[in-house]
Amino acid sequence: MAAAAAAGSSPGSRPGDSPEGPEGEAPERRRKAHGMLKLYYGLSEGEAAGRPAGPDPLDPTDLNGAHFDPEVYLDKLRRECPLAQLMDSETDMVRRIRALDATYTIRKMKNDFRKMEDEMDRLATNMAVITDFSARISATLQDRHERITKLAGVHALLRKLQFLFELPSRLTKCVELGAYGQAVRYQGRAQAVLQQYQHLPSFRAIQDDCQVITARLAQQLRQRFREGGSGAPEQAECVELLLALGEPAEELCEEFLAHARGRLEEELRSLEAELGPSPPAPDVLEFTDHGGSGFVGGLCQVAAAYQELFAAQGPAGAERLAAFARELGSRYFALVERRLAQEQGGGDNSLLVRALDRFHRRLRAPGALLAAAGLAEAATEIVERVARERLGHHLQGLRAAFLGCLTDVRQALAAPRVAGKEGPGLAELLANVASSILSHIKASLAAVHLFTAKEVSFSNKPYFRGEFCSQGVREGLIVGFIRSMCQTAQSFCDSPGEKGGATPPALLLLLSRLCLDYETATISYILTLTDEQFLVQDQFPVTPVSTLCAEARETARRLLTHYVKVQGLVISQMLRKSVETRDWLSTLEPRNVRAVMKRVVEDTTAIDVQVGLLYEEGVRKAQSSDSSKRTFSVYSSSRQQGRYAPSYTPSAPMDTNLLSNIQKLFSERIDVFSPVEFNKVSVLTGIIKISLKTLLECVRLRTFGRFGLQQVQVDCHFLQLYLWRFVADEELVHLLLDEVVASAALRCPDPVPMEPSVVEVICERG
Amino acid sequence: MEDDAPVIYGLEFQARALTPQTAETDAIRFLVGTQSLKYDNQIHIIDFDDENNIINKNVLLHQAGEIWHISASPADRGVLATCYNRTSDSKVLTCAAVWRMPKELESGSHESPDDSSSTAQTLELLCHLDNTAHSNMACVVWEPMGDGKKIISLADNHILLWDLQESSSQAVLASSASLGGKGQLKFTSGRWSPHHNCTQVATANDTTLRGWDTRTMSQIYCIENAHGQLVRDLDFNPNKQYYLASCGDDCKVKFWDTRNVTEPVKTLEEHSHWVWNVRYNHSHDQLVLTGSSDSRVILSNMVSISSEPFGHLVDDDDISDQEDHRSEEKSKEPLQDNVIATYEEHEDSVYAVDWSSADPWLFASLSYDGRLVINRVPRALKYHILL
Repeated sequence: MAAAAAAGSSPGSRPGDSPEGPEGEAPERRRKAHGMLKLYYGLSEGEAAGRPAGPDPLDPTDLNGAHFDPEVYLDKLRRECPLAQLMDSETDMVRRIRALDATYTIRKMKNDFRKMEDEMDRLATNMAVITDFSARISATLQDRHERITKLAGVHALLRKLQFLFELPSRLTKCVELGAYGQAVRYQGRAQAVLQQYQHLPSFRAIQDDCQVITARLAQQLRQRFREGGSGAPEQAECVELLLALGEPAEELCEEFLAHARGRLEEELRSLEAELGPSPPAPDVLEFTDHGGSGFVGGLCQVAAAYQELFAAQGPAGAERLAAFARELGSRYFALVERRLAQEQGGGDNSLLVRALDRFHRRLRAPGALLAAAGLAEAATEIVERVARERLGHHLQGLRAAFLGCLTDVRQALAAPRVAGKEGPGLAELLANVASSILSHIKASLAAVHLFTAKEVSFSNKPYFRGEFCSQGVREGLIVGFIRSMCQTAQSFCDSPGEKGGATPPALLLLLSRLCLDYETATISYILTLTDEQFLVQDQFPVTPVSTLCAEARETARRLLTHYVKVQGLVISQMLRKSVETRDWLSTLEPRNVRAVMKRVVEDTTAIDVQVGLLYEEGVRKAQSSDSSKRTFSVYSSSRQQGRYAPSYTPSAPMDTNLLSNIQKLFSERIDVFSPVEFNKVSVLTGIIKISLKTLLECVRLRTFGRFGLQQVQVDCHFLQLYLWRFVADEELVHLLLDEVVASAALRCPDPVPMEPSVVEVICERG
Repeated sequence: MEDDAPVIYGLEFQARALTPQTAETDAIRFLVGTQSLKYDNQIHIIDFDDENNIINKNVLLHQAGEIWHISASPADRGVLATCYNRTSDSKVLTCAAVWRMPKELESGSHESPDDSSSTAQTLELLCHLDNTAHSNMACVVWEPMGDGKKIISLADNHILLWDLQESSSQAVLASSASLGGKGQLKFTSGRWSPHHNCTQVATANDTTLRGWDTRTMSQIYCIENAHGQLVRDLDFNPNKQYYLASCGDDCKVKFWDTRNVTEPVKTLEEHSHWVWNVRYNHSHDQLVLTGSSDSRVILSNMVSISSEPFGHLVDDDDISDQEDHRSEEKSKEPLQDNVIATYEEHEDSVYAVDWSSADPWLFASLSYDGRLVINRVPRALKYHILL
């Protein structure tokens, strides 16, 4: 506001410029003071400049005059002044009114201060008097105060002394009452003083007393500590008190641990008793529960108490505890492993996994406390070992199941057939075997899958996340089983008793089909199932599906080839016997097809049915429409005449060879034991090839009379009639049978073949 | 090289019997006997001219009957024994006899083939090896190292040891033994061991192999079920005394150590039908020849069970340092058993194979259709073995 006023004053009108001389003396002085105040507030007195010159004290228009009449003043202003000046004077007026207000307030305050100053002076005087009096009183009381203080000190001292003198009895009382804590606190309080003043005989006596009592106290504490029955927390209290009594910590450590050992060993003993040789041991879950709550819990308490009590012992103390835990832990583990070893039987893992989970979980708590003892790691190792053993067990189980299936199949095959009934068909047996094995595999997978369940505490260990899944389950269990299955199946091919045929051919056929099914579908299904259940995360190389399939296919192929050999051998033996044991020179004219040939056809038909149960038909070469009509006449037809006819016309012995060689030029070499394809026709072709080749070789070793040759003719024609339908390429049967007859003709000194029509008649007659 | 190509010779008749002229060690000469029921049978003396790759033949008539087995005396080039069929009164008898060929043919005169048909000569019978008691001679084997005086014949279930006297004109049965047991036991084949001072003979009957001591005519060992089916042939390793090979109708060739008769040392299964013949090379026993009725001849390298399992052992004195180094290198790598070659020149069952007695790298095989094929061990292998 002052600044605004200063700014508002016209530059030309400065204080002091105004001619104030004509004012009266008193007003003069007031004005002077006024002016100074104004100066102080920065209000210019310039408004005076606007006043009409020649101030008259009686002038009613004088603003500062005593006779100021506002009406007159206003009239005068209105009359005399132009509008602009009027406005100015209005503004001027407002400013001056404001200045006047301030001036009055200050004047009043100044008055008040002056009064207050006087009051203050009086107060100071009074205070000085009071101070004086007070000092005088203090001086008077000084002496007495000092004496009181001294008395208070003496009192305290006396109380302390009294405490000291009473200490022995108090301690005794505490000890008697069993308030050991109180006793130790008293002792702690007195200890230092007694120590300090032990040169004074009286104190010394007290100290001695105290020591005796303390020793007794310590004795009792230890006693209590040793007796032990009161449980770990109270024991811990004992130790705490003993430590406070200044007993040597190391010794206490030892004693504490020794005591703890006693209790833990008790636990171990009870566990061992549960293991016991004969009594019905509690199940493994119960066992690990006991172990977990008894031993591991105890160990935890001990460890916690130890760490609390003996934290000051530093690394040496921790090491002692770790060694303690290691030693007892290993004994505990040994017991657990003994118990787990009893669990190796059975296919159900759920109880075992739960037990292992509890076992492992319990040991993780002390694991944190006793990291140095490595109990958690050891526990994990045990779990891993058990898991591995279980995998091995399941693999064994699967193998046994497979062998069991095989035994069942053997029994089913060997079971005496009810007349007219085929018993369980091969296809049915195969389905049974396949589903049984598959369900076993699934059961095993489900069983071992428990090890990796999320809620199981050890399932997040690296072993269970990686190696267990890939190497253990996938490679070890599944791939291992499939491989062993293939091996078992293949071992039937190497059976030494080829002659006896220890393995029923139907079993070979069934296994071959089983392996082939594995190759086409089952292996990839099983492995996909495994990979889905056990997400394999590690980097171990795994056997690819294709390799396994190739192995299975090879097994199937070998089994089928072996089947062909075995069945071929059975028929071969019949044919061989029939050729070897007959006197072909003196045989009679053939009237019938020999029974053995009928038997051969019957057996071949039976084999055809058997193979047809498990294998698809396969492809044949397009058959000529007359194949069934093809009769033995071909051997003596004009077209075929040359094949062996010249051999009994004495003109050209070489023609036989020549012609048969020329014929061979145009026919492919027959691989008798050639690889078999997975179809019925190929299997039958193989068996028939083997049989007919045997017939050929046997015929070549004999010498035939005329009727002998004719009998061979009849037999071969009969075979021709019935065997062509089984093979892929009927030409093959023709070729081999032609060669048999040709060889028989060669081995005949008097080769007169039978009339084809007769041969046909005989064969049709059966 | 073209001289590695097989040489083929055709006979007019079926044939099963083949033998090298054992006593001949310079010329490559094989004897082949034919099987014909209608014509006079023949023995073809096949001379092979190694340098010119030419076959020369001489034909001897063997009128006694069709020849099932032939063997040549190890001492006298002109003497041989055959087993032959004689048919009379609708009965077939298999007899055995010792023969002498005409003097001029012993060393293989180089007649032109044209002449042979006109001037077929006849064998001179020295003696029969049968008496009324024993017929059905399966085979005749000469004592391998002897003076050609001792001979074993197998007839049905009898093993007969003969002494040839009066320059082989008389055969005296020295001793015999027979197989006891039920069923019709019949020897199929036999071989005389070149070891143990030629006192051992091995025979095959059905699936069983038996060893005999010729001094006491008692059985030394017996390998039951040596093969799954009939055993067709066997042969002794000429350089390893307890080793013998056998083959049979189970398509397998098995190698045995006669000291352990429970398990074969090695088994080969390369043929696809019965294996009729197995022969060790006379010098390099890793080379094993087999003939089968799948019409194939297979030459195998059974080095791991041979007398030279680490390759050819060279005497230190004979070799330079360089060679020494090389042989060391060779011995380091284990040699693998393998099939050297499969010969497919035959179109009918091969019933006989044998090595030449003169050239250890050459062998002949005979198929039923009368085709004789002469083959050589591949050069590369020959040099590998030799160097």
